Amino acid sequence: MADPAQQHPGIRPRPSLGRRLDHAARAAFPASSTALLLLLLAAPTGLVQQAALQSAGLLACVFFWSLYRPASLPPLAVFGLGLLADLLGNAPIGIDMMSMLLAQSVVLRVRRGLVRQSFAWVWFAFALLALAVALLSWALDALLVFAWLSPAPAVFEAALACGLYPALALLLTLAHRGLAAPEEA
Amino acid sequence: MIRLSIPLRQALARLTLPMLVLLTFAMMLIGKADVALTARVRMTLDDALAPIYAELAPPLVAVRGVFANAGRMFSLARDNAVLRAENARLRQWQAVAVALDAENIALKANLRWLPDPPADYVTARVVADVGGVYARAVLLSVGPNHSVRRGQIALDRGGLVGRVSEVGGRSARVLLITDINSRIPVTLVDSRAHAMLIGTNAAMPRLMFWPEEQPPREGERVVTSAEADAFPPNLPVGVVHYNAAHVPEVRPAADLSRLEIVRLFDYDLRGLLPPEADLPPERRAANAPRAHVAH
Repeated sequence: MADPAQQHPGIRPRPSLGRRLDHAARAAFPASSTALLLLLLAAPTGLVQQAALQSAGLLACVFFWSLYRPASLPPLAVFGLGLLADLLGNAPIGIDMMSMLLAQSVVLRVRRGLVRQSFAWVWFAFALLALAVALLSWALDALLVFAWLSPAPAVFEAALACGLYPALALLLTLAHRGLAAPEEA
Repeated sequence: MIRLSIPLRQALARLTLPMLVLLTFAMMLIGKADVALTARVRMTLDDALAPIYAELAPPLVAVRGVFANAGRMFSLARDNAVLRAENARLRQWQAVAVALDAENIALKANLRWLPDPPADYVTARVVADVGGVYARAVLLSVGPNHSVRRGQIALDRGGLVGRVSEVGGRSARVLLITDINSRIPVTLVDSRAHAMLIGTNAAMPRLMFWPEEQPPREGERVVTSAEADAFPPNLPVGVVHYNAAHVPEVRPAADLSRLEIVRLFDYDLRGLLPPEADLPPERRAANAPRAHVAH
């Protein structure tokens, strides 16, 4: 729908093989770059609180791409990213998958209004979402290991995600306009 | 690409998300019911990723080394003075240790002491932190023809790190002593009292089930106990520290936040195996540390 080729069907360039490959690579950028980020943040980089950084980064990427380029990050891709994060970690399977899918459905519901707002409002919305997601995954985790877990790491994770978002959004905005733009192909 | 009519495509797009949420829910239930399946799928992924992480490790170590060195540059003179003082103190202790060792050998010879068999070990590199916010575990890269088995003990240069919980073709997962599923029988060195060390996902695991008349003392050393035949006796675990809520915790002797290389010891123990592996749930429930409360 956001694809200008569909809005102006008359001026579509001839889809050569190279152009189609370029288009596919740009469309796959959000999912593949997020997967790469997950894999890199599992390596022992010696960063403090790396586990929280990983889930915060995943949430920020899912939020950004669902908001600005939902066609390039379909629910199936979010499902796959959640599965990857779950398999990389040692917590029960399904927690990241569930929280990321629900986060994306919320973003897709409000994106029409949110996409027109200023950055500060988007950031505020992200903060609320990060808190909700952290509490959801905390509750799911406690339920699945059937033990009382301290909610402090979850709240910390949400705070870290909020703090990380502007820097990550800057990088992702550059990618959104250049590398990940299928209409530029 | 298959051409579908626009209403059909919209209907499919609306249905995808609920279907995926349902699928996730089903996978959560399956993952909870069949732990072995989860472990197998995880190990397949780990086996595929371990060589990549192993290649990535040397540059990462180099970068970390540069940052660590830059930090140390500013305190060189002070560090030198501290180290010289410590060296002098340690030399005295070395003399004491050598004398005690000689005495120990003489006493053991007189007592016809049966020595413990020396344990085999392999050294492996930690290639990934696979914990997550609510779990503590690391991934090791082991060669394709490795002899690593579940239940082997992982130590770093300081002390106990954890136990091997899952083994694949070229990788192994170690459940750290800080993980919420970790239960370790320990001995408090001064009182020789037994206790359980229980992970809470925080940096320091908690001591529980110590004898009521002998509470752990602040600063007391904690070592493993051979009870339940899961660990060899007397591996260093850490020291007791009472937290703000006056709950005894153990500050691990191993540097769990910066693990690079661990040694995996094969003590050929046939006792309890680590949790979250291929034991059926009813046996895991029966093996839970509740059995130790009676002591």
